[in-house]
Amino acid sequence: MPQMNMIQALNSAMDIMLGRDPNVVVMGEDVGFFGGVFRVTDGLQRKYGEHRVLDTPIAEGAIIGAAIGMGVNGLRPVAEVQFADYIYPACDQIFSELARLRYRSAGEFWAPVTIRTPCGGGIRGGQTHSQSPEGIFTHVCGIKVVMPSNPYDAKGLLIASIEDDDPVVFFEPKRIYNGPFDGEPNKPAVPWSTHPKGEVPEGYYTVPIGKAEVVRKGKQVSIITYGTMVHVCEAAARSLGLDAEIIDVRTMVPLDVDTLCTSVKKTGRCLIAHEATRFSGFGAELSATIQEECFWNLEAPIGRVAGWDTPYPHAFEWEYFPGPQRVAAGLKAVMETP
Amino acid sequence: MPRRSRLHIPHAHSRPGEAPDFSYLETSPAGAVARPDVNARVRDIGNLSIELVRVLDDDHRAVGPWHPHLDPSDLQVGLRHMLLTRVYDDRMQRSQRQGKVSFYMRSLGEEAVSVAQAMALRPGDMLFPSYRNQGLFITRGKPLVDMMCQLLSNTRDMCKGRQLPVMYHWTAGRIFSISGNLTTQFPQAVGWAMAAAIKGEDDIAATWIGEGSSAEADFHHAMLFASVYQAPVILNIVNNQWAISTFQGFAGGEQRSFAARGPGYGMAGVRVDGNDFLAVYAVTQWAAERARTGAGPTLIEHVTYRGAAHSTSDDPSRYRPKDDYEKWPLGDPVERLKNHLISLGEWSEERHAALVQELEEHVLESWKEAVQYGTLTDGPRLSRDLMFEDVFKEMPAHLRKQREQLRAEQGG
Repeated sequence: MPQMNMIQALNSAMDIMLGRDPNVVVMGEDVGFFGGVFRVTDGLQRKYGEHRVLDTPIAEGAIIGAAIGMGVNGLRPVAEVQFADYIYPACDQIFSELARLRYRSAGEFWAPVTIRTPCGGGIRGGQTHSQSPEGIFTHVCGIKVVMPSNPYDAKGLLIASIEDDDPVVFFEPKRIYNGPFDGEPNKPAVPWSTHPKGEVPEGYYTVPIGKAEVVRKGKQVSIITYGTMVHVCEAAARSLGLDAEIIDVRTMVPLDVDTLCTSVKKTGRCLIAHEATRFSGFGAELSATIQEECFWNLEAPIGRVAGWDTPYPHAFEWEYFPGPQRVAAGLKAVMETP
Repeated sequence: MPRRSRLHIPHAHSRPGEAPDFSYLETSPAGAVARPDVNARVRDIGNLSIELVRVLDDDHRAVGPWHPHLDPSDLQVGLRHMLLTRVYDDRMQRSQRQGKVSFYMRSLGEEAVSVAQAMALRPGDMLFPSYRNQGLFITRGKPLVDMMCQLLSNTRDMCKGRQLPVMYHWTAGRIFSISGNLTTQFPQAVGWAMAAAIKGEDDIAATWIGEGSSAEADFHHAMLFASVYQAPVILNIVNNQWAISTFQGFAGGEQRSFAARGPGYGMAGVRVDGNDFLAVYAVTQWAAERARTGAGPTLIEHVTYRGAAHSTSDDPSRYRPKDDYEKWPLGDPVERLKNHLISLGEWSEERHAALVQELEEHVLESWKEAVQYGTLTDGPRLSRDLMFEDVFKEMPAHLRKQREQLRAEQGG
C-alpha cells in the first residue's frame, strides 16, 4: 500500500475527481500555477489545465459566490480558502446563500460546492493563522462539516465531499499535514509513514460522510474528539494508562450520534476534546446530545477540554493549545468522580 | 476532446526559467504629466489615473511640474529612513533564518512608498498600514528596539505576545494596529477620516494595501464610503506586481490601472512611480492638501516591485524569474534617490557607505538590546496570565476561571 501524508492524500483525492468527472473544478488563491501555499494542489493545474484548476483574485466572498454560480450551472467546484482564519469575508455567501439555496428554492436550485480550508494552530501562526472555526459552521443549517484526522480519511472524505450534492465545509488540521502530532512540540516530528492511516490506496475510494470512527476500543472512558486532538488524546490516555475508547467524530454535521452514544453507554464516562475555543464550541453540542441520550448511563459529569476563550496568542501557543496535560487533567476529573 | 473554454485566464508575463518581461508596463517620461490644481474636479483629471507621475529622470535630475523642491537635507533624511528600513529588514530576515524570530516580511524595493508618504503627511495624520509598511514606523521615529521586541514577542512587546511578527502598532505615533487579515484597514481608515470631518478637525487618514488585496470586498466598501462622503482620506494601492504567486493581472490590473478605479468611484486617482521618492512625496502632498481642504479623497496607485519574497514562508523562485527584480524598469528607490543627491553635489559614495555602516551598527546595537528582553526560546518571558487580558476591558468570570486552570496545569 502506498504511503501518503495528508497533503498527498488530499492532492490524490482532487486528482482522482478531476480525472473522473469533467465538471469538477478546483479554485482558490495560489492553487493553480503555484500549487497552493501548503502544496495541496501541486501539479493539478499542469495536469488538468488552467480552465479546471483556477487561480483566483484574493477575494474569499467572490470565490464562494462564484463557486455557487458555477455549481448552479452544472460544475462541481472545490474551492480553497487559504486559511480558515480568512473565511469570514465569504460567510454571507456560505451562511445566507450556499447553505439555504436548496431550501429556499424548494429543491430546484442547489450548488455542490466543497470548501477546503486549513485550520488549527501549532505552527506559530498567531491569532490570524491558527483558528478552528468549525463550530460556527455547524450552527448553520444546510452545510455539512467535515474534519479528518489522518491521510486515509482525508482522501476518502474529500472524495465523498466532492461527490456530495450538498455543500461541505472541509477543515484540514494543518499541524498534521505532514505527520501525526501528540501535542508535545519539543519531541521530534513523526511522519505519516509511521502511522497505519498513512497507508492510502492510490485509486478511488470514499469514507462516508456522517460516520464517526472508533479509533481505539476501550472500557473505562469514551473520549470524543476530532482533528489534531485525536492524536493528543491517544497520547494522554496512554500516559495515564487508561483503557479509553477514542472516537474520531470526522463529520460534525450530520453527526453520528449512534456511534458516540453506544460508546458512552458502554463506558459510562465521557470526555470531549477540541482545539477550538470552549464557549459555544462544538463540544457544547456534543455534550448536550450525550447528556440527553446517555444521562442514565453516566457515572460522572461529561468533561470538556478545549482551547481557552481568547484569540490564539503567538507567544503562548503551547499554553493555549489543549495539550496532553490539559487532556490528562480532564480525564482525571472524569475518572475521579465516584 | 473537451470543447475549448472561452474563459480568459490572465498569464504572468514571465515565469521561472524565462527572461523577465515588463513590456506590459506603461510608463510616462519624467516630468511629462501635468500637475492639476488641488481643487480640480475628478472629471477633469482622469489622465492622472492612466499616466505615470515621475519626477526623477534617467540622468538623476528632478524635472517637471510635480518636482516638490525639497531641501537637500530633507532628501538626505528620506534616504536615511529608506536605508534604515532596508538594513533593518535584512537583519530581521537573518534573525528569522537563525530561528530567533518566527516569521518576517521585508519591504525591499518598496521603501520609498512608506518613507516619502510619512514625510509628506503631518504628524497628526492617522496611518492605517498593511504588513509591508515598516517604513512608516521608522520615519515617524519608532525606536527599532520597540519594533524588534514585537518581532520577538518578548517582555517589551507592544502586542503582549499576541500578534505575529510585523503586526506592530503605535498609538503615540498615530499608527493603527496592523491586521493579518487583508484590506480590513481600508474602510476603517475611511471611518476615521469621516470622524475627523464630523469633529471639524483637519487631520486626515491614510491607508495602504497591496494590489492583490484590492480584490477584497473591503476595498470596494472603502472606495464607496470615501466617495459618497468625500472623506478626507488617502487610499494607497501599493502595486508591487505580485500577490503571493499571482501577478497583478489576477487582481484586475490587466485591463486597466488600479488608479483608474478612483474616477470609477468618483474620486481622484493618481498613478505614480512608486520607486521615485520625489514623485511619491509630491503626489502625497497633493492628495493630502486635497483631503485637508475638503476637495475629497484620492486613490494613489504606487507602481513598484516586491523585491523580496512575500514572507519568510514563501519561495518566489517557484513562480517568477530569479532576476525579475534586477530587470524591473523603474529601478531601485534607494539607488535613485542616492544618485539624485549625488548629482546635486549633496551626497557621495563615501558618505553613503559610511551611512550604511552607521545604520548597520545601530540595528545591531538595537538587536543586542532587544534580545535582552527575551526571545521566543530564551530569556525572560511575558507572564502567561496576559493571554487572558484585553479580550474584554474587564475580565469576565469564565476567563478568570480558565486563567486559574492554566496556572494549575503549568504547576503554579
